[in-house]
Amino acid sequence: MSTDPLDGVEEGPAWWDHEAGPVVRPYMVTGGRVRPTTVDFDLITYLVATATLAADTPSPEHQAILALTQEPRAVAEVASRVDLPLGVVRVLLCDLLSDGLIARYDPPSTDHLPNVETLQAVIHGLRAL
Amino acid sequence: MDSVRSDTAPVPQALKILVAGGFGAGKTTLVGAVSEIAPLRTEEVLTTAGVGTDDTTGVATKTTTTVAMDFGRITINPSLVLYLFGTPGQNRFWFLWDELATGALGAVVLADTRRLADSFAAIDYFEQRNTPFVIAVNCFDNDQRYTAEQVREALDVDGHVPVLLTDARDRMSVKNVLITLVEHVLTMVRSTVPA
Repeated sequence: MSTDPLDGVEEGPAWWDHEAGPVVRPYMVTGGRVRPTTVDFDLITYLVATATLAADTPSPEHQAILALTQEPRAVAEVASRVDLPLGVVRVLLCDLLSDGLIARYDPPSTDHLPNVETLQAVIHGLRAL
Repeated sequence: MDSVRSDTAPVPQALKILVAGGFGAGKTTLVGAVSEIAPLRTEEVLTTAGVGTDDTTGVATKTTTTVAMDFGRITINPSLVLYLFGTPGQNRFWFLWDELATGALGAVVLADTRRLADSFAAIDYFEQRNTPFVIAVNCFDNDQRYTAEQVREALDVDGHVPVLLTDARDRMSVKNVLITLVEHVLTMVRSTVPA
């Protein structure tokens, strides 16, 4: 039987839960920068790390993004999984892009709907679900 | 970009479909019914977030909301991935819609017959942007009071826009909505391409 006064403390609800909002203000991790420096990233732009985790990255958040993108992932998925607002993630992605640590693959041109072959493939895939 | 390591998986082509509708219409439920992952949430930080302005009339179970986009994923094949994004339910977040709608394949407007007027804004939006869309009427358990045609009349949408009844919780039903949407897009693409 432990008499540790801290026994059972971790069973109580943490005060810093999701409802309480972030402990660190979101744009702290970008050093206050709120706009991506270069081009913007679409939610479904795919990202692939071109460097390994051992790379000398600027912050734990950059590191977390590199870890996630060791396999191709969309911007929205990266933001969700590192649990940071999209705006913050976009700034961090610009850092990684300019440092050459990440590659981006944009969705096809936004001016046109996908071609017939692609649409048929989608219909076929949905039917097979 | 230039360099790709040879040991990484191929990068698929990504497509997105929007799921729009009023607050509490069942957007996230619909996404979750067909997504291969539990719906994920991305959030955007707003400097002027309103508090206490959500209208929950007739929506008993949902009491809080965030400026969030819930989304899911369907891998069609190794080179084609479909993302479904639920749009923020409140009209004051229209600015987020523009980003979502850019490059979207099409949209599902999820209508709640208890609050049909909530769908007007989304319908106007997609009509103006020429984004292909279908209207899916979410039939809650005890609320199947209308036919698709009655809803079409009430919403005053063009005859070519598909209107169908759905159950946002049911995988097959939602699958059918998505197939109807993509077939609708296909019809539009074919009609604009010279034979």
